[in-house]
Amino acid sequence: MSEIEVKHLTKTFEQKGIVVEALKDINLNIEAGDIYGIIGMSGAGKSTLVRCLNYLEKPTDGQVIIAGQDLGALSEKELRKQRSDIAMIFQHFNLLMQKNVLDNVCFPLLIQKVNKKEAKERARELLQIVGLSEKEKAYPAQLSGGQKQRVAIARALASNPKILLCDEATSALDPQTTASILDLLKQINKDLGITIVIITHQMAVIREICNRVAIIEHGVLVENGLVEDIFNHPKSQAARELILRDLPELGENVNTPELPERIQTDRKLRIVFSENSAFEPVIANMILKFNTPVNILRADTKNVGGYAKGEMILGLPDDRHLQVDIETYLKEKGLEIEEVTGDV
Amino acid sequence: MFDSTIINMLLEGIRDTLYMTLASTLLGYLFGLPMGILLTVTDRDGIKPNAPVYKALDVVINMVRSVPFLILLILLIPFTRFLVGKSYGSTATIVPLVVAAAPYIARMVESSLKEVDPGVIEAARSMGASNFDIIFKVMLVEARTSLIIGATISIGTILGYSAMAGTVGGGGLGDIAVRYGYHRWQTDIMLVTVALLIILFQIFQTIGMKIASNLDKRK
Ligand SMILES: Nc1ncnc2c1ncn2[C@@H]1O[C@H](COP(=O)(O)OP(=O)(O)OP(=O)(O)O)[C@@H](O)[C@H]1O
Ligand SMILES: [Mg+2]
Repeated sequence: MSEIEVKHLTKTFEQKGIVVEALKDINLNIEAGDIYGIIGMSGAGKSTLVRCLNYLEKPTDGQVIIAGQDLGALSEKELRKQRSDIAMIFQHFNLLMQKNVLDNVCFPLLIQKVNKKEAKERARELLQIVGLSEKEKAYPAQLSGGQKQRVAIARALASNPKILLCDEATSALDPQTTASILDLLKQINKDLGITIVIITHQMAVIREICNRVAIIEHGVLVENGLVEDIFNHPKSQAARELILRDLPELGENVNTPELPERIQTDRKLRIVFSENSAFEPVIANMILKFNTPVNILRADTKNVGGYAKGEMILGLPDDRHLQVDIETYLKEKGLEIEEVTGDV
Repeated sequence: MFDSTIINMLLEGIRDTLYMTLASTLLGYLFGLPMGILLTVTDRDGIKPNAPVYKALDVVINMVRSVPFLILLILLIPFTRFLVGKSYGSTATIVPLVVAAAPYIARMVESSLKEVDPGVIEAARSMGASNFDIIFKVMLVEARTSLIIGATISIGTILGYSAMAGTVGGGGLGDIAVRYGYHRWQTDIMLVTVALLIILFQIFQTIGMKIASNLDKRK
């Protein structure tokens, strides 16, 4: 049994006669312990999907099943109870501005009628985990974005949830802070065994911490699976675009800084390799063998689920035969290659 | 300058004005606060939209608010007499004051509560908060600064109305100003009552704004 099962989920909004199909027949399973990414462009329906997972938004059709329990079958009261198992953090943190850090973390416990003293103890433990013990008396307005998100994470963990939903939780943060928040989420996943669902429009976030990913485009789930598989072999156009737009953002090493200029080439290949594979000799030998230059349009190293992956985009020479030979050659050497269309 | 009778009369005027203003504000909130909450909650983007309830409340509030206070005062005389037994004096004046203040306060409360970040409400809901929790533990708490500023403005307005009620024998400083200043041409007494009204108004403003700013943790 999966921790989260989404079956034929459809959501339509109707406003003044205009019907928006935000989600169309979404099916996906998220297993306990997963860090599951949901990625897509703005307006794709990511927030709507994640809000359906705790029934903040009621699906128009289909089911959301959490640990075997169909949320649609619950009464309003049971649903509120179930929600204490499904915590959520947000892009803009959504802290109570008039309450201090400690009271913010206590808040969900007080709603669940835990007594004040116990709630405070628990809140202090959590502030320890997120590294903000010395800020318990501060108000949100006095904290940085990263600190606010830490408070939000502590608050989300207060009720011992099994699932943590993150809607663009790092989108308002700078790269360093993003990296530290992602580390914290990873640690929470590992130490507390909490299943995490991460909504984002940044491929970098997915690569950094997710093991599985679903790609959403115009309300349709176009592709899902292991992050590594999709990174190596994106099947859908949407996935390719997201991967190509994925500029190094999280303070990673960049081997070639910026493209000097856009090079017009007919055909481009994207090559993915493990960093320590014999990549450079392959390219060098290839150039020697075919006695022709290739343009390296982009090359960098990316962290995919904790493993360094090299990524390079080659512009091939115009000669068709040569193109085929080069492709064959690269495949023989065991590199994962894939055609890229459009501008890089 | 004034003899002791006049000073006593002025002191009583202050007492009556304070009594009318504070009692009307309190009663005004007793009715206006729930009305404001109901307006916010039942509005289209509220936490429990309910068009008929919103619309009904909206219309009643607009109706009462569009009647000038002096006319309301006169219109309500039978009702006041029914409730209090007479239609003049400070206690009787509280009735029309409350009727005028409650819708005004409801609007003040509504606009304060609507300032609360919907994201925070959503977060509370995601934690399993009920509508009751959201109203009392999120909206009223997050909006407290704005609510207190609203209350300060409301007290000022009610103070002004109470003085206006003086023109028809409502008691308090306004009553003195009209009786001495208008009917008996004793301008000095009228000026003193006006000064006293200004001072009272200033005191309410200063205290209200001070409380609001002390309670505001957003900066
Ligand atoms: N309450 C609503 N009423 C009407 N339409 C809505 C509502 N919520 C979302 N939509 C529409 O549904 C679609 C998906 O919106 P959603 O917020 O889920 O996108 P998203 O992928 O989260 O985008 P972003 O990255 O910009 O946050 C959009 O076309 C949006 O306009
Ligand atoms: Mg969104």
